[in-house]
Amino acid sequence: MTLTENPRSTISPALSPATRLTSGRLPQWAPWALLALSFVISATVFILLAATGDASPDLVATAVVGVLLYLVLVTVVSTVVEGRRKATDRLVTGVVASAFALALVPLVSVGYTVISNGVAGLSAEFFSNSMRNVVGEGGGALHAIMGTVLITLAAAVISIPIGLFTAIYLIEYGRGPLAKGITFLVDVMTGIPSIVAGLFIYAVFALIMGPGVRMGIMGALSLAVLMIPVVVRSSEEMLRLVPNELREAAYALGVPKWLTILKVVLPTSIAGITTGIMLAIARVIGETAPLLITAGFTASMNYNLAEGRMMTLPVFVYTQYMNQGLPAQAYVDRAWAAALVLILIVMLLNLVARLIAKIFAPATGR
Amino acid sequence: MTTTVSAPASAPAKVAQRPGDRWFSGSALFAGSMILVTLAAVAVFLFVQSIPGITATGEEASILKDGDFWDYVAPLAFGTVWAAALALVMAVPLSIAVALFISHYAPRKLSQSLGYVVDLLAAVPSVVFGLWGIGVLAPAVQPAYSWLVDNAGWFPLFAGPASGTGRTIFTAAVVLAVMVLPIMTAICREIFLQTPSLHEEAALALGATRWEMIRMAVLPFARGGIVSAAMLGLGRALGETMAVAMVLSASGGINFRLFTAENPNTIPANIAQTFPEAYGLNVNVLIATGLILFIVTFLVNAIARVIVNRRKDFSGAN
Repeated sequence: MTLTENPRSTISPALSPATRLTSGRLPQWAPWALLALSFVISATVFILLAATGDASPDLVATAVVGVLLYLVLVTVVSTVVEGRRKATDRLVTGVVASAFALALVPLVSVGYTVISNGVAGLSAEFFSNSMRNVVGEGGGALHAIMGTVLITLAAAVISIPIGLFTAIYLIEYGRGPLAKGITFLVDVMTGIPSIVAGLFIYAVFALIMGPGVRMGIMGALSLAVLMIPVVVRSSEEMLRLVPNELREAAYALGVPKWLTILKVVLPTSIAGITTGIMLAIARVIGETAPLLITAGFTASMNYNLAEGRMMTLPVFVYTQYMNQGLPAQAYVDRAWAAALVLILIVMLLNLVARLIAKIFAPATGR
Repeated sequence: MTTTVSAPASAPAKVAQRPGDRWFSGSALFAGSMILVTLAAVAVFLFVQSIPGITATGEEASILKDGDFWDYVAPLAFGTVWAAALALVMAVPLSIAVALFISHYAPRKLSQSLGYVVDLLAAVPSVVFGLWGIGVLAPAVQPAYSWLVDNAGWFPLFAGPASGTGRTIFTAAVVLAVMVLPIMTAICREIFLQTPSLHEEAALALGATRWEMIRMAVLPFARGGIVSAAMLGLGRALGETMAVAMVLSASGGINFRLFTAENPNTIPANIAQTFPEAYGLNVNVLIATGLILFIVTFLVNAIARVIVNRRKDFSGAN
C-alpha cells in the first residue's frame, strides 16, 4: 500500500500548480473500458490455451479470471490517477457488483437445468397416469399432482382463518403481554425446521392412532403449522397499513367494531392479504420433509385425505431420484419433469400474487 | 366501499359489548391463542414421544447399534452445526455484499426489481435444490476438490482422499448457503435502507467516498441487523432437510475434512432418510433427535428475534 503516489491529491497547491477541481479523476467510461479490456484479455488467454490443448475454452474460468483481472486493473489504475481512497472505493464497487453476479449464478443455473432436463420427461402420459404397476419407463405424476393439490388446499383451509384471525387479534384487539408473546412466538415459529413440524404431527397422531400412521390430512396439518406464521405476518403488515381515519370514520357513524373490521378494514386490505396468502401457499407447496414423514409415498391415486398414504409432487421428485430402478434414466427424467412442474406452479403462484398486489392495491394518498 | 356499513341498526348504545363484537373478538382471541397452544403442543408431544427414545438401549432400538442415544446423536449434531457454520461463513459476506449492491450501488430504478430477482431464489423448493446439487453442482466442483486435495492436502481441512462424486459436506454447505442467501439478503437490505439519510449525506458532504460513507454510516447502524440476519440464516441452515439429504453422501462419524467421501450426517437429513423405514423404538429415537433440533433452532431464532426487536423501528423482512 503506497500512500501518496499522486502529488495532485496533496493539499498544498504550491506543490502542483496545475491543480483543478476536476483533476485526478478517471473519466466515467474508464471502469467499463477496463472491464471490457480485462474480459478480452482473459478470453484471449483461454482461447489460446484451448487452441494449444484440445479442450474448448472454459467459460467459468474465463469469467472468474476476467473479473479478478478487472479488480486488479481498476485498483492499480485508480491508485495511480486518483489516489488510494478512490481506488478502495472502486475496488469495493467491483467486489459488491461481482458478489451480486455470483448470487445470480445458482438462480440461472437452477432454472436452466430444471428446464432443459425437465422438458424431456413431460408428456401427456406424465399428466394422465399414476405410477401404479409401473416399473421402469412410462407412468406419470397424476397421483402426486392430485395429492399436492388436495393437501395444500386442506392446509390453506386450516391456516387461512387461523392466521387471518390471529392477525386481526394482534392489530385490532391485542394489548398487553399476550399480544406481545404471540407476536414474538409467531416470529420464532417462522423459523421452525419443516421436518420438526412433520415430526410433531406424526407424534400427535401416533399417540392417538398407533405408530406407523400415514395420512394426507397429517401432511396438511404439518404444512398448516408452517403456513400459519407466514399468513399472520403478512396479513398483520397489511392490516397495519389501513389508515386509522377509516376506522374512526366508521366508529363515528356508530358502526360496531366487528362490522368495521369486516366491512371497512378487510376490504381495504384484501389485495395485500391475498398476495400474502398466495406467497405462503407458494412457500409450503414445495415442502418435502414434513410430507415425507406424515403423508408418506405411494404409487397409486388416493383422493381420501383421511385414509392411507398420499403422494405429493416434492416427495415424488425425491423418491424417483433416490430410489432409482431400471432403466435409471426413466426415473431421473420423471424426477426432473416433476421438479419442472413444481417450480412452474410455485413461480405461477408468485407471479399471480404480485399481479394481484399491483392491480388491486388500494389507492394511497402518497 | 364504505357505504354499506349502516345495515344493522340493532345497536343499543349503552351496552359496550354487542354479541357480534363478543363473537368476533372471541374468535380472534381464540385464533391468537392457537399459536401459543400449537407451539406448546409441538414441544410437549415431541418431548413425550422422545422419552422412550432417549432412554433406549442398543438392544431395544436397532439403529443405536451398540451405543446409547447420546452416542448416536453426537455425530449428527456435529454434522448439523458444522454444515450450517460452513454455509454461514460463505453466505454472510455474500449476502451483505449483495444487499449493499441492491441498496446503495444499483441504480434506484433497478433496485426493487433486483430485490425480486434475489427473492426468486427463495421460491425454489428445497427438493429442486437437492436435484441441482447432485446433478450440476457436485460434478462441477469435484475437479476443484481433487486439485485442492492434491495441492493443499497438508492443510487439515483439505486432507484427502478426495471424494469421487463431489457430494461432500462442503458441497452441501454451498447449497445451504445458496438457500439461506435470500432471507439474509432481504433483512440486510431492509436495514441498510433504514440508515438515516442525514448520516449518509453528512459523510458524503465531508468528502467521504461511497465506500467510506458505507463504512462510517451504514455498517455501524446495521450491525445489529446483520447479526440477527446471520442468526436467522443459521436457524434455516440448521433445519434444512431435503437438500442436505440428497446432496450429502454421508457415512457418519465426526471429522472436519471437507472434501472426502467420509462425511458426518445432519440431524434433519438423517431423519428424512431413516424415518420412512423406521419401526418400533427407532421412531422414538429419531423423534428425540428432532426434539434436540427443535430446541436448538428455537433458541437460535429466539435470540435473533430479541436482537431484531431491540431495534424498535425495524420491521423485520420476513
